[in-house]
Amino acid sequence: MDTILDIQNLSVAYRGSPAPAVRGASFTLGRERLGIVGESGSGKSTLGRALLKLLPTADITADRMQFREVDLLATPEKRMLGIRGKRISMILQDPKFSLNPIRRVGDQVAEAWRVHVKCSKAEAREKALAMLRSVAIRDVERVYDLYPHQVSGGMGQRIMIAMMLLTEPELVIADEPTSALDVTVRMQVLSILDGLVRDRGIGLIVISHDLNLVRNFCDRVLIMYAGRVVESLKASELDKAQHPYTRGLLAAQPRIGGPRRPLPVLQRRPEWAEEVRA
Amino acid sequence: MLTHSRTRGFARQVGTIAVTLVGLLILTFVIGRLMPADPVRAIVGEEATQDTYMQVYQELGLDRPLPVQFLMYLRDVVTGDFGTSIRTGQPVIHDIAAVMPATLELATLAILIGATLGITMGVIAAVKKDRWPDQLIRVISLAGHSMPIFWTGMIALLIFYAWLGWVGGGGRIDDYFIGLVPEVTHFILIDAALAGEWEVFWSALNHMILPASLLGYSSSAYITRMTRSFMLDQINQEYVTTARVKGLSVRQTIWRHAFLNIRVQLVTIVALAYGALLEGAVLIETVFSWPGFGQYLTSNLMIGDMNAVMTCVLLVGVIFIALNLLSDVLYRVFDPRTR
Repeated sequence: MDTILDIQNLSVAYRGSPAPAVRGASFTLGRERLGIVGESGSGKSTLGRALLKLLPTADITADRMQFREVDLLATPEKRMLGIRGKRISMILQDPKFSLNPIRRVGDQVAEAWRVHVKCSKAEAREKALAMLRSVAIRDVERVYDLYPHQVSGGMGQRIMIAMMLLTEPELVIADEPTSALDVTVRMQVLSILDGLVRDRGIGLIVISHDLNLVRNFCDRVLIMYAGRVVESLKASELDKAQHPYTRGLLAAQPRIGGPRRPLPVLQRRPEWAEEVRA
Repeated sequence: MLTHSRTRGFARQVGTIAVTLVGLLILTFVIGRLMPADPVRAIVGEEATQDTYMQVYQELGLDRPLPVQFLMYLRDVVTGDFGTSIRTGQPVIHDIAAVMPATLELATLAILIGATLGITMGVIAAVKKDRWPDQLIRVISLAGHSMPIFWTGMIALLIFYAWLGWVGGGGRIDDYFIGLVPEVTHFILIDAALAGEWEVFWSALNHMILPASLLGYSSSAYITRMTRSFMLDQINQEYVTTARVKGLSVRQTIWRHAFLNIRVQLVTIVALAYGALLEGAVLIETVFSWPGFGQYLTSNLMIGDMNAVMTCVLLVGVIFIALNLLSDVLYRVFDPRTR
């Protein structure tokens, strides 16, 4: 399997905060879909942003942060500008906030292309229109000129996906891509993302708190707890999880047709945060 | 439906303006009646007999009840009659039209300087929050905010005019240029440029640059602080992260994304700062012997020329209403959500 990303012993500490947000996380990623699951504050979003080096108020340390031939840790900001959006991009959670409210959505998509490729406005527009079509938007000419407040959440997120996949990056980080959406459009948005990622052989990291989503949608799953990766396993083998925290998460899920008794309360032990596991 | 709600919005705005204007007129009317100046005595002079005094008293309608007097005042204002200045014997409106361009010119140059300086410093301070550029800018704008303009005006005249001789002193142009260019617009820079008299133009600019810079600096203090806080709000928004993820540099993100979102708020505060400059021209015009609106207002206050004072107050109020209206209109231009 060719490796896209190789992370060893990554730690991220926000300045002025007593404990680091991510502590000694290690994992590798090939041409696959990797889920990162954890509760709020477990450091999963921070981990995603650290990969793009987009944490101005935090210090990032690691033994190794290799993306293809690029040593991310040693890459200066100037060269990161050429990597962000071109080779690694990120889909953010809520299109209501992640799209600029006063610029036309089409222009925002086209901008992702124009930042990296020298071309005329008309060419970038054509490129953006084609990409909007590929995220199942009909009537793209009309949608191009809309403002973010004029599109629905589901369409907003498809526009976000179009914007972030336009440059055919090698790695896409999706940070809670469907958490802000209605349940009814979640599957649609996910399957569009899935189709594009498969077609183009893009490595995908899905950050989520939704175990079921990650189980159905990803090849492999990392479980994070208090800034550490406590367990890493195949999505299909999630039920065979060893770590008590993962087992606790699974046990706390209700099942349709399951027995109707109180669900077990999730246990949190401080020693799990100290434990070092790959 | 859309046009319907738009018409209603327009009607509401017109209503608000009308009510504000009436309030303003009541205020100026009350000022005219409460000031311890006797308009009759000002007209007839100290030597006049009781009969003459009473005659003028009745001609002015001062024997009528106050509401009637107010309605008479209202009728005069609506028909464009603002009364005659006791000092000059001219209609007040003519006097003001003659002095206003000098103030407008100065205030406009000042707000251009102040807005450029203030917005630039505010953006830099926000981007470099808590680092040395932010601290430095805080000191600069605090100084601009706390030093009174009549004091900085005198110090600056002393340094740049008396000692260094870099700029012209008081007045709008050097004395030997006075009356050289035909007064078409009464804006001396425009008049000189129209006449092709570039020497006069430079002389005028030379006289204007110091008071305009000082006014601009003092209004930049407020603009800087507001810009900084507007910008900090925007920098923490998710769309800024999106822009960075796309590969835009910090500078591109600021100017192509975050800044576009603070234009609406900036328009409002710059418009208010501009209004404050027109109104606050009183001090700087005294220091720089600037023959503008501020000097006109002060000198008439001193001698109790009430028609002139009331009209000046009314004018300042109207200017503020107009600036508010302008910023409302620009809101719609800059923010698609309000259309």
